[in-house]
Amino acid sequence: MVGILEDKDRIFTNLYGLHDWGLEGAKTRGCWNGVKDILDAGRDWIIDNMKASGLRGRGGAGFSTGLKWSFMPKELKEGRPHYLVVNADESEPGTCKDREIMRHDPHLLIEGCLIASFAMQAHACYIYIRGEYVFERERLEAAIKQAYEAKLVGKNNVHGWDFDIYVHHGAGAYICGEETALLESLEGKKGQPRLKPPFPAGAGLYGMPTTVNNVESIAVAGTILRRGAGWFSSFGRPNNAGTKLFCVSGHVNLPCNVEEAMSIPFRQLMEDHCGGIRGGWGNLKAVIPGGSSVPMIPAEQCEDLPMDFDALRELRSGLGTAAVIVMDKSTDLVRAIARLSYFYKHESCGQCTPCREGTGWMWRVMERMATGEADMKEIDTLLDVTTQVEGHTICALGDAAAWPIQGLFRHFRHEVEERITSYRAGRPHVQGASLIAAE
Amino acid sequence: MSVRRLAKEQPASFAFSKDTKAKADWWIAKYPESRRQSAVIPILWLVQKQEKWVSEPAIRAIAELLGMPVIRVLEVATFYTMFQLEPVGEVAFVQLCGTTPCMLRGANDLKKVLRERIGEPHHCSADGKFSWEEVECLGACSNAPMAAINDYYYEDLTPETLAKILDDFAAGKKPKPGSYVGRGASEPHDAIKTLTDPKLYDGSAAKKIKIPNLPEKPKKAPKAKTEA
Repeated sequence: MVGILEDKDRIFTNLYGLHDWGLEGAKTRGCWNGVKDILDAGRDWIIDNMKASGLRGRGGAGFSTGLKWSFMPKELKEGRPHYLVVNADESEPGTCKDREIMRHDPHLLIEGCLIASFAMQAHACYIYIRGEYVFERERLEAAIKQAYEAKLVGKNNVHGWDFDIYVHHGAGAYICGEETALLESLEGKKGQPRLKPPFPAGAGLYGMPTTVNNVESIAVAGTILRRGAGWFSSFGRPNNAGTKLFCVSGHVNLPCNVEEAMSIPFRQLMEDHCGGIRGGWGNLKAVIPGGSSVPMIPAEQCEDLPMDFDALRELRSGLGTAAVIVMDKSTDLVRAIARLSYFYKHESCGQCTPCREGTGWMWRVMERMATGEADMKEIDTLLDVTTQVEGHTICALGDAAAWPIQGLFRHFRHEVEERITSYRAGRPHVQGASLIAAE
Repeated sequence: MSVRRLAKEQPASFAFSKDTKAKADWWIAKYPESRRQSAVIPILWLVQKQEKWVSEPAIRAIAELLGMPVIRVLEVATFYTMFQLEPVGEVAFVQLCGTTPCMLRGANDLKKVLRERIGEPHHCSADGKFSWEEVECLGACSNAPMAAINDYYYEDLTPETLAKILDDFAAGKKPKPGSYVGRGASEPHDAIKTLTDPKLYDGSAAKKIKIPNLPEKPKKAPKAKTEA
């Protein structure tokens, strides 16, 4: 056996698309089994069991999913419909797990939508999928059609809870992965985040009570309730329960998606599933463990590292979406982070000044750091600016732009300094040379 | 932010094709009647499918269809980077992912191929058949490097396979999307070690099950609670 998790405990049994994605295949693998019994047990039972399972949201923030569901108003008021919105705007660099769910196991998602909507008394659910996932959207639409035809969802369905499920799509904006920006976008506007409060549970889509959940959080709900909260919470360290899809990219021999138990040691994850680091374990330089927004950690800290929320937080990084970007010794880390800075500059929505101006400024300085043209004292200025962007914006994109840079300098400041020091070496001296004009 | 402007040269008019209009109505029906505006992104996308790009007359037509001020549609069209505000290559429009996970696995080499074969980004090739741009993370990082060509993903590319794909498009063929090292999806290439237990797929999971920890009186308990 490889890894920690056994096959019988895997939730996404068609992760690699080797079997039928359709309704028949999904049913054979246990999807839709016992959903009527689950709904009959009542919404309080569902929410209590989701809380007991210890499931923490899989979209990055890691907030308890059951608790989030319980924030919805207890009573359905006339003219105030509740909505479930599924965040399938998977755009965090490194993350590619929801895509596999939607194209290979779409029925797990639809089943989860029904259960979650019932628990929150929502009669309608929108799945907001990123615009680039054209194939995945077609697949999801086809699966939803099957579910309607089989009367699993829709009006007067076999589960006794009238429920409509719709797919909506975006058009290439990373910021729409932020829940309130997603709601703005779903309302047909620019995706600019809203100030909170009010939180979506009070005033979300069209001003109505809304809960926004990640695809993976919703898709695991059915199996958790079918197999019991205790089963799910038996994996991983306390407070980090469950199984999790890990997306591994970068310098490993076999980049892949894999479902594993939470808290699996990083080294085991690499060696059992990903064919090891390119060039061997000793060739590892740094890892971005949770998608581009979290600070990187150096190889020394990866030796016995359990991959979970709390262990990574202790290292001043984060599990995020469990998108592991591996970088070996050949990597130009400064260039890699400069490219991420460009990403955030490109994706800033432009609403808050510190982010709109700061992301561009940070990128330009990072570009000069990458070539070595920067001045030594600019390093501290840059770090100072990251702290002025961080925490001073409506949404977390400002933080996300600042953290990778802070992570780079926390662990690899010497590399940048060396590059700056040696920049002039071997170049003809030109008096007053300024190669780049300030923008 | 990216600065995006409408093209200088605009067509004189725009009309929805029958097919586009039918699909637009299908989208509008997904939202509450008073919230037609929600359909603006999907309809802009349909228009882009019909015309290959989004023109100013099209923006006006969409505003009229949805009962929105023109400026609101314009603002959406310029905010979202998937809307092409200038014509793109007729045969193949390549969107190459250049963000760090793809960069680590060689996206910069692919950029060279595109530069040599097509030219600078955001410009159509001389014959108007090809164009390309670098885009931000497309969410297929385990299959890096990759590019979306005419909406579908071409994954695990090398300079050679990308050049071959472009050749095929130029020859009027339709190269198959997916992985170009022979992977089915995002599994470890030729080394699947998980999800091999035949019991997962023999139908035993579909047999009637008893849900664990069910409440004793499943049907009455929740109702009594809401009344109290």
